[in-house]
Amino acid sequence: MSGQQRERRRDEDGADLAPGEDTQDPQAIARRVRGYVIGLILAAALTATSFWALRSGLIYGPGVPVALIALAVAQMGVHLVFFLHITTGPDNANNVLALAFGVLIVALVLIGSIWIMANLNHNTMPAGMMQQMQR
Amino acid sequence: MTATAAGHISDEDPHNLGHDDDVPISERGPAPKRIVVAYGFWIFLLSDFILFSGFFAGYAVLSGATAGGPAGRDLFELPLVGIETALLLLSSFTCGMAGIALTARNMRWFQVAMAATFMLGAGFLALEAYEFAHLIGDGAGPGRSAFLSAFFALVGCHGLHVLLGLIWLTTMMAQVGTKGFRDDIERRVLCFALFWHALDIIWVAVFTMVYLMGAGA
Repeated sequence: MSGQQRERRRDEDGADLAPGEDTQDPQAIARRVRGYVIGLILAAALTATSFWALRSGLIYGPGVPVALIALAVAQMGVHLVFFLHITTGPDNANNVLALAFGVLIVALVLIGSIWIMANLNHNTMPAGMMQQMQR
Repeated sequence: MTATAAGHISDEDPHNLGHDDDVPISERGPAPKRIVVAYGFWIFLLSDFILFSGFFAGYAVLSGATAGGPAGRDLFELPLVGIETALLLLSSFTCGMAGIALTARNMRWFQVAMAATFMLGAGFLALEAYEFAHLIGDGAGPGRSAFLSAFFALVGCHGLHVLLGLIWLTTMMAQVGTKGFRDDIERRVLCFALFWHALDIIWVAVFTMVYLMGAGA
């Protein structure tokens, strides 16, 4: 098999999709536009829900941050699937693995920093300053 | 491999999971350049997310350290943030439309979609500049407290990314306009689209963690 044939076969039933790549088929315009429209509607609905959740008062006060985080994670998922075309298909395995590693590091940095600094604040602060900080 | 054999594979095993062809994976040569370039840029974007996670962690830790100055709930104007969010989300959508026009080789729609993306992104940046000028004018600049330093660092870093994205966007419009839909130009536009969508993902985290949680809790 020549190199050129090999290249063609890879493109046809082939190996991987580049990150952000939906399909190479130029005929699939309507289907691709539909994907973006669905993503736009879902993302707009989740954003609107976030702003609403803050002000509505229908959600139990201390639960609002949890609801906001859940909505934000859902919206990031919508962006990844409908705009960046990250899927669970075998042609996306490399992209998903890299993303999973990135998410792991981001989670370690965020949760680790917040956790350890909260502990430090709690353990090293004079009693009077605690109230002052919380004002 | 003959055409019939290839057809047989795509019927039974559309993704070629079995790899039951004559060329082992170690001898198939490098991936197409399109994939190598976009994957490399994907790795860069993930490292950019990690950079932002540092700013987010700094903000989360310092968000209470107002040094007796104004806190988030005194400063943030949620309607403004809502408009900024809408502009950036719409610009992500038009950027996707530009990508479709690119694969369809439609010059007019590509330039229209890219110009719309530029206008929406520039609108976002103008609102952010207005907000920053407003805050600094009210004496709530980055020097006021650790909270405001972290706020300006995080949101400013995102704004800087948007500004770079706008410069890249105009470059792509000019390159496609003058050089046409060449393969190397197409790879650059694909990377730009990745960058622009990634900025919108980071903005979701910003408006949730900084503005909504800052104004509410």
